[in-house]
Amino acid sequence: MSLLEADSISRRLPEGPVLLSEASLAVAGGEFVAITGPSGSGKSSLLYLLGLLDRPSSGRVLLQGQDTTGLTGDALAALRLARFGFVFQFHFLLPEFSALDNVAIPIRRTGLARAEARDKAQTILAGLGLGSDSAKMPDQLSGGMRQRVAIARALANDPAVLLADEPTGNLDTKNAAAVFDIFAELARDAGRAVVIVTHDAELAKRATRRVHLVDGRIVSDAAQG
Amino acid sequence: MSLLTDIARGMLARRKRQTLVSVAGVALGVGFFIGTAAVMRGFQTYFISQIIDVQPHITIKDELRRPLPQAAELANPGAAVALAGLRPQDRIRGIRAPGDRMAILEAIPGAAAAPLLTGQALMRYGARDVSATVTGIDPLRYPRVSNIAKDITQGSLDDLRTTANGIIIGVGLAERLGISLGDSMNAVSPRGVTLLMKVVGIFRTGIVSLDQTQAYTLLKVNQILQDRPSVVNQIVLRLEDVRQAEPLARMIEARFGERTESWEEQNANILTVFTIQNSITFSITGAILLVATFGIFNVISTVVFEKTRDIAILKSLGFTERDIQVLFLIQGLAAGAIGAAMGCALGALIIEGMAQIRFGSGATSGNDRFILAREWQIYAIASGVAIVSAAVAAIIPARRAARLDPVQTIRGAA
Ligand SMILES: Nc1ncnc2c1ncn2[C@@H]1O[C@H](COP(=O)(O)OP(=O)(O)OP(=O)(O)O)[C@@H](O)[C@H]1O
Ligand SMILES: [Mg+2]
Repeated sequence: MSLLEADSISRRLPEGPVLLSEASLAVAGGEFVAITGPSGSGKSSLLYLLGLLDRPSSGRVLLQGQDTTGLTGDALAALRLARFGFVFQFHFLLPEFSALDNVAIPIRRTGLARAEARDKAQTILAGLGLGSDSAKMPDQLSGGMRQRVAIARALANDPAVLLADEPTGNLDTKNAAAVFDIFAELARDAGRAVVIVTHDAELAKRATRRVHLVDGRIVSDAAQG
Repeated sequence: MSLLTDIARGMLARRKRQTLVSVAGVALGVGFFIGTAAVMRGFQTYFISQIIDVQPHITIKDELRRPLPQAAELANPGAAVALAGLRPQDRIRGIRAPGDRMAILEAIPGAAAAPLLTGQALMRYGARDVSATVTGIDPLRYPRVSNIAKDITQGSLDDLRTTANGIIIGVGLAERLGISLGDSMNAVSPRGVTLLMKVVGIFRTGIVSLDQTQAYTLLKVNQILQDRPSVVNQIVLRLEDVRQAEPLARMIEARFGERTESWEEQNANILTVFTIQNSITFSITGAILLVATFGIFNVISTVVFEKTRDIAILKSLGFTERDIQVLFLIQGLAAGAIGAAMGCALGALIIEGMAQIRFGSGATSGNDRFILAREWQIYAIASGVAIVSAAVAAIIPARRAARLDPVQTIRGAA
């Protein structure tokens, strides 16, 4: 059974435009999937649907075989909290909180006390090489560091699925390669799937599988390397 | 919960100045309410306690609320009767069977009653004539319904009984007549009876109109003076619990038929003025609070608008719509609570400031300063209203925040 499965999902806007049509995709634990495609091809739309942040107009998204179609907003939020981690092109860190607190927030949301959550967050940050920067505020960190804090936050509750939308888009080549390495490393865990949207063909080559989108349709889906 | 509080604090700290302005608005509203309410309530409570202290709580009069029906009306029930030039057929004035009534009234627990006969008389001493209201009292019962015993400054109430035709007069009346304790004067009633009366006591109530016109004799003596043997024209009552006055008055009137007025009815005009005063205070304070509430609405709306990204990311992290709504409600409540706390401090300052004010020396008997009500209930009401309205003001932006679609925001930011 696949960890995460899209079963012929489409996403249409009420005004008419079709963002995604009849995409089917099954991702297993340990897979590192790169989604590529020209601008406007529906990569982000697919990612939001896979991450239960958006609902498909038709089709189903299954998590560990369980259909998520009829779930309430609160149930979807609970799944996002426990099973998913998101990283976006922009870091979206809360500007009023330190790197440590930004990572601790989703941990505290699961009910853990502040001190324990901060301990856990510190360990995660240290694992990403940010152990000594955890007290800094987001605006005191470099772009690459911020994105690593955002990855740490996505990993806060040890998610089964890690989704990233052009996480290296705002970074220089060196930082981009470093961040990409982190994802590759994270995907080595057999229990976890990593799905990453990227424009960078070089980086995409390093994924274990590549899904190519054109005009809202999956045109190729192949294992690689 | 403490997580949402932490996030809320972080968001509000970002808008310090705007938050401070709206908090100050709430504080002003609350502070002024506490200040004015303390003055109003202080004065009103004092005034009412004076009324309750000085006046009878219930007065039974020798009249009816409606005139008795005339013979022609009785003969044609339900018909429209026009009468002209007829003298009303009135019964002899006075409370019927006062003895029986006193017995019934004195059986009421927590009530003391005293029969009175009041009438006018002209006091004649030397060349001076001064008109006075003479009240015939029972010296055993009357002190239980009045402060007479306390007000007598010379002589004593007991001397009314031991002296033939003794009279106790107000200090102002004594001055106008030029008479002193132990002197005798003539009292002439409208019915033409003249009695030689001896001043056995002088009282001072502090109320000038009473001190200048009031005189007390034995009930029997006044019945002779007024030429109304055995007649009583008022029964006054004093109660342990003044709140029972109105219902008890209605019961007595229903039973006896005579017009019976509680202290509230007798002072209805001044009590109405108090009600008007209170509504003015409440509306002014309400207006201030409304403006302050609008300020809070403004701050929370601005925060929601500015924090669209943070709301989106919190939702993507797994925060529910309810979490987001609570997050902004907390911010409104916090602004309201801080405003209320500052307002309470301001109110206390205003009260203590007013307590220092003196109105100069002209006033009598120590009324040279504000009488202030320092009641915790005033603070509680003001704070409660402020916090509730702040929460209400935050509801609309909080709901809007909860409904924001994270996908739209994240797309827009990319
Ligand atoms: N709210 C919207 N209203 C109209 N069109 C939209 C809306 N959202 C997305 N689209 C369009 O839908 C299409 C798919 O969008 P999507 O963001 O999924 O593409 P993408 O592959 O992620 O593009 P990019 O590489 O530029 O990020 C695009 O053409 C986009 O312009
Ligand atoms: Mg995109």
